[in-house]
Amino acid sequence: MTRHISRRLAGTGALLVAGALTLTACGGSGFEEPADAAGETTELTSSDDALTVLIASSGDAETDAVTDAVADWSADSGVTADVQVAGDLPQQLSQGFAASTPPDLFYLSPDAISGYAENGSLQPYGDLLANKDDFYPSLVENFTVDDTFYCAPKDFSTLALVINTQLWEDAGLTDADTPTTWEELATVAETLTTDDRAGLALSAEYQRLGVFMAEAGGGLVVDGEPVADSEGSVEGLEYAQTHLEDGTFAYAADLGAGWAGEAFGKELAAMAVEGNWITGALTNDFPDLEYTVAELPAGPAGPGTLQFTNCWGMAADSPNQQAALDLVEHLTSAEQQLAFSEAFGPMPSIQSAAPDWTSANPDLVAFLDGAEYAQFPPTLAGATDVVTDFNSQLESLETGDPQEILGTVQSNLEAIAE
Amino acid sequence: MAALVATPRRAGSPRGIRDGEAVTGWIFTLPVLLILGVFMLVPVLMALWVSFSDWSGRGSPLSSDVGFVGLDNYAAVTTDGGLAERDFGVALRNNAWYVLLVVPLQTALSLFLAVLVNRAVLRGRGVFRTAFYFPSVTSSVAITVLWLFLFSTSGVVNAVLARLGITGPNWFNDPSGVLHNLLGALGVQSGPDALTQHGLLGVTWWDWLAGPSVAMSAFVIMAVFTTSGTFMLLFIAGLQNLGPDVDEAAMMDGANGWQRFWRITLPQLRPTLFTVLTLGLIGTWQVFDQIYTGTQGGPGKTTLTPAYLSYQSAFLSQEWGRGAAIAFILFVIIVLMTILQRWILRERR
Repeated sequence: MTRHISRRLAGTGALLVAGALTLTACGGSGFEEPADAAGETTELTSSDDALTVLIASSGDAETDAVTDAVADWSADSGVTADVQVAGDLPQQLSQGFAASTPPDLFYLSPDAISGYAENGSLQPYGDLLANKDDFYPSLVENFTVDDTFYCAPKDFSTLALVINTQLWEDAGLTDADTPTTWEELATVAETLTTDDRAGLALSAEYQRLGVFMAEAGGGLVVDGEPVADSEGSVEGLEYAQTHLEDGTFAYAADLGAGWAGEAFGKELAAMAVEGNWITGALTNDFPDLEYTVAELPAGPAGPGTLQFTNCWGMAADSPNQQAALDLVEHLTSAEQQLAFSEAFGPMPSIQSAAPDWTSANPDLVAFLDGAEYAQFPPTLAGATDVVTDFNSQLESLETGDPQEILGTVQSNLEAIAE
Repeated sequence: MAALVATPRRAGSPRGIRDGEAVTGWIFTLPVLLILGVFMLVPVLMALWVSFSDWSGRGSPLSSDVGFVGLDNYAAVTTDGGLAERDFGVALRNNAWYVLLVVPLQTALSLFLAVLVNRAVLRGRGVFRTAFYFPSVTSSVAITVLWLFLFSTSGVVNAVLARLGITGPNWFNDPSGVLHNLLGALGVQSGPDALTQHGLLGVTWWDWLAGPSVAMSAFVIMAVFTTSGTFMLLFIAGLQNLGPDVDEAAMMDGANGWQRFWRITLPQLRPTLFTVLTLGLIGTWQVFDQIYTGTQGGPGKTTLTPAYLSYQSAFLSQEWGRGAAIAFILFVIIVLMTILQRWILRERR
C-alpha cells in the first residue's frame, strides 16, 4: 500500500514538473523580446495597428471628454483607437508591460516614470513633439529622466490658498487682508480660528506641507540634489509645526474630514491649501459655498507651491508609435486641452493656452500663476517609498522634531539618488 | 486495501479486471492536475525564480536578459539597513500584533458562539446561526467600507462612546500604538535605552513593543467580527460529531457543565481546533484586501502588512524581485507557525 502511494506520488510529481518545464519553456521562447537600450531609441515604429489608450478617470466627465477627443482624431486620421478606463492603473500597466502587450498610450504619473524608464518599458518621444517648446519648462523638467524628455505633460494642477468668503467677511476681513507673507497668513488664520473651526486645513502629507518647505528655500530634491535637511526645509516644517501646535492650522483628518477640501466644504476650516481639483469637488458637494482662490503667501525665500501632473506615456512595445505621437499632439493641442479643462478641471500644460484659460476662469488665475515657481515631488526611482515614509512621520509632526524627521528623509533620498 | 485483498488470489498474474483502473484514475485526475499545475504550481515556481532574479517587470521573467542575483532581494529586506528593511520590519511588527490578537479572539468567540447555538434548548437556532454567519458571506471590501464609516472620527462608534462619556479616538487616523498609549497613561513616555537603542530589522525593540496602532485595532475588531461566523460553523460540525455517551458518563460521575466543557468537550474538539487555528494563522498573516481598500498602510505605516508591502514593492515601486522575496518570507513564516502550533497541539500520552 505505502509503496503504491509513494510510486504514485513520484509519478504525479514527475508529471507536474515535466508540465511545468514544458510550460515555462514555452513562456521563455514565446515572449522573449529583443532587448533594446532604454532611453536611446528615437526611431518610432509604424504600422496599421489600432491604438489602445488606457486612462485612470476621475469620473464620467473625464471619460467622455477623452473618448470624444480620441474619436475625433480617429475620424481624421483613419486609425482606430480605443479608450479604456483602468480600475487600478499601475497594476494594469504592469501586467501589460510584463506580457509585452501594453496599451500604446496611457496616463503616467511622475513618480512611476523612473521605474518604467529604467526597465525600458517607455518610449521617450518628448523631443519629437511639434509643440515641444510650448510646454511649461517646469513640466518638461518633471518628465525628464537622465536628460531625456520622456513624455508630453497632459495637463497640470498647482496648490493655492482657498478662502471661504462668508467666514472671511464675518471675521471682519477684507480683500486687502489676503495674506502675502507667512506672518500675514498666521495672523488671518488666528483671526479665523474659533472653538469649532480651524483657520487653515491641510492634509498630513508632503504633498501639501511641501509648499512651506519650498517657500523657505528648501524642498526634497531640487535640481537633482537631495536637500531635505537643508535649512529652508527645516524652517518650513517648523513654521507648519508652530501653527499646528497653536491650533490655527489643522490636519483634515483631525477635523474629522477625509481631505482638506471636505473640511473646507463642511466649514470645519475657513481656509485650505488645495489644488485645482477642489473646485469640482466643491461644485458637486457644496454648491452654495462661496470661495476665493489666492496665491500661497510667500515665505522667507519667496513664493512657492507644488505642481501635480500626468503625462501621456508611450509604450516601447507599441507597434504603432508614429500614430500614437500624432494622437498625443492632438490631445495636447490648445483647443483640446481647453476642452478638457472645461470638462474636468486641470489646467492646460502649454503656455499658448494660458490667455484663453485665464479669460475662461478669471477666479482661478492664482492656480495658473503658481506654474512659474512651482516645485514638484521627487521623481527618482524609489522616491515614492521615501515620500510615503516621510508622510507617515508628518502625521505626528506636532510632537515630532522637524530636524530629525528631515534627517531620515535626507538619508533615504541619498540612498536612492546614487 | 483492495490491492491487499486481491493479491493472494491473483498472485503472479499481472492482468486482471482492475488493470485499467490506474490509467482511468489518472485520466480522471488529469484535468485537476493540469489546472493546478498551470494556475498554481507554475506561477509559484516562477515567483520563486523572480525572487532570486533582477527581473524589472518588462517582458517574460524567463527571458535571457533577466539575471540571477542570488539572495540580493532577500538581503534588501532583511540585512541592508535601508528603507526597504525598515518597511519590512514595520510590516512584520504590525502583522504579528494583528495575528496575536485576532487568532485567539476569533477562536474563542467562534467556539463560544458554536456552543451557544448548538444547544438543543435554544429556540430559533437557525436564525442565530444565520445571523452569526452573515458577516462571513459579505465581501470583505463591503465590510471594510462599512468599517471606515463606523469608525470615522464623527462615526457611530465614537457617537456611542460619547454617550458613555468617553472621547473616542480618531480611529483610522491614529498611528499611536495601543501599548505605548497605556504606558503613556501610566506616565512612561519613552522606553529605556536598552530598548530604544537596539532593534531588529531597523525597528527598535521599543517600537516592536508599541502594540497594534489604534487604526490596526479597528481592523482586529473587524477580522474577529467577520471570521468568527465561518469558524463557528466548523466548531458546530465538530460538536455535532461528538457522541453524547462520554458526556453522559461524565454527568453520571458528577461533573458540572463547566468541567464537562473543559475536560470532555474541548479535548475531543482538538482536530477542529487545529483546523481553526491553522486557517486563522494563514488568513491573518496574509491580510491584504482590508488594507488595500481601507488604509493603504497608513496612518504612519501602522497598518502596513507584508502582503500589502509585497504588492506595493512590485506593482508601485517596480521592485519585483523584492516583492516576491517578501511573499516567500511570509510563506516560510506561515509554515513555521503552523508546524509550531501542530507541535503544541500534539496528542500527549
